[in-house]
Amino acid sequence: MEPEGRAPRVTRRTFASCAAAAAAGWILTACGPRRLYEVPRERLKKGLADLERRYSAQYGTPVTVADTPPMPGVEFAYALDISRCIGCRRCVYGCVEENNQSRNPQVHWIRVLAMDKEKGVDFTHADPYYEAKEVPEEGHFYLPVQCQQCRNAPCTKVCPTGATWTERDGIVVIDYDWCIGCRYCMAACPYGARHFNWGAPTIPTGALNTSTHYLGNRPRPAGVVEKCTFCIQRSRAGRYPACVEVCPVGARKFGNLLDPDSEIRYVIEHKRVLVLKQDLNTMPKFFYFYGT
Amino acid sequence: MMRRATVLALALVTPAAGLLVYTPWAETRSPGAGDARPGAQATAPPKVPPAAGPAQERVEVPPPPFSDGIFPCSGCHADLPVNPTRREFTDMHADIAFTHDAQHRWCLDCHDAADRDWLHLASGERVSFEESYRLCGQCHGEKLRDWQAGVHGRRTGDWNGHKRYLLCAHCHNPHQPRFRPLEPKPAPAPPTRPGA
Repeated sequence: MEPEGRAPRVTRRTFASCAAAAAAGWILTACGPRRLYEVPRERLKKGLADLERRYSAQYGTPVTVADTPPMPGVEFAYALDISRCIGCRRCVYGCVEENNQSRNPQVHWIRVLAMDKEKGVDFTHADPYYEAKEVPEEGHFYLPVQCQQCRNAPCTKVCPTGATWTERDGIVVIDYDWCIGCRYCMAACPYGARHFNWGAPTIPTGALNTSTHYLGNRPRPAGVVEKCTFCIQRSRAGRYPACVEVCPVGARKFGNLLDPDSEIRYVIEHKRVLVLKQDLNTMPKFFYFYGT
Repeated sequence: MMRRATVLALALVTPAAGLLVYTPWAETRSPGAGDARPGAQATAPPKVPPAAGPAQERVEVPPPPFSDGIFPCSGCHADLPVNPTRREFTDMHADIAFTHDAQHRWCLDCHDAADRDWLHLASGERVSFEESYRLCGQCHGEKLRDWQAGVHGRRTGDWNGHKRYLLCAHCHNPHQPRFRPLEPKPAPAPPTRPGA
């Protein structure tokens, strides 16, 4: 209890100053640059044209930056056949070329883990650096890991600038212009699927994929986080992601979860399916299955 | 006085921090908001997954993978007598090391004796090399169903439109069906410490 006769803790003057300061702060912050989905259409168009001009000049070849929106009635999902994968790493390098990842310092969005058949899916004994003359190696199976496009994504919750979010077609995207490189999302991701550009990405001349998407494979600056987007520039145009097409054993399946006739629904309805680290309740849209 | 300054500073910082931490654009974007962007205007939205229509209509299969100059088989076999005996090949087809359940099978179980440009099913029905999956599916029915659903084997093209399949024989040599091992691409560079 306050002793009687003392002035209240917060005086009228303090309260008024605080309220005024809060209002001023709010107004000042709101005046800043705006997000991808908030900017007026003309400004966004101009921004994309500016990006295209900048990239074209930088790489000496015409580059397009699309902002294709999600298709209505589509939710993407992915399935990978563990019993088929032979660990040849074709997907890793197919992804690098399609998505303009830095060659040096090296950034790989897909990491193929070699695992012991005896131990099963066990991350403590997984080896991403396996060297072999030929794969599959005796007694091993392979588990490629990339962004699991979680429905309950921990990475988007920790981002202090709102630079990463889930789109309506289920793709978790990053706006590289809003990423401040704090790497909270990398700490939050239980799959190690996010990667940081420690240096300015280097892409050999002529190797740039010039068909890019604003939220996907456009060239990234140094100091931002990037990850798999289900090849947003391809999948939103109706095409299969690059890793699906490059897989020599056809272990990778992709499609619309909301379409009952899709390959992905067939897998979920007919095969033994698992998700990684189910106990974390991240609810991935990247499924692993046994095709045999 | 001290406390007042602190409160004032907090008041200045809080709304700004609040704006940064709370990201209304992530949750409250109205369903149509994305469609109002220029992309929706500039590029026609791609086809919504086809509601119906037999899968075959949208599927393209490349021609069967014959060895060079081997087809048509009737080029040689039309004039040769039919020899169904199990034997070692010496002058022709010496490259075939038959390991596909060889104990129970020999050439004419799949290849048609009357016309070598065709295959035949167990029922005797002739099938072309383009439809060889029907022959494979006699034993590997489960795989055939998965393949038709697009789950076994590689598919390329559009996930919601025109797809390209491969025949069984494109990946599995019918005479030695086990998938051949491949040389893996280089391992990722292990992380290094700066200056190390």
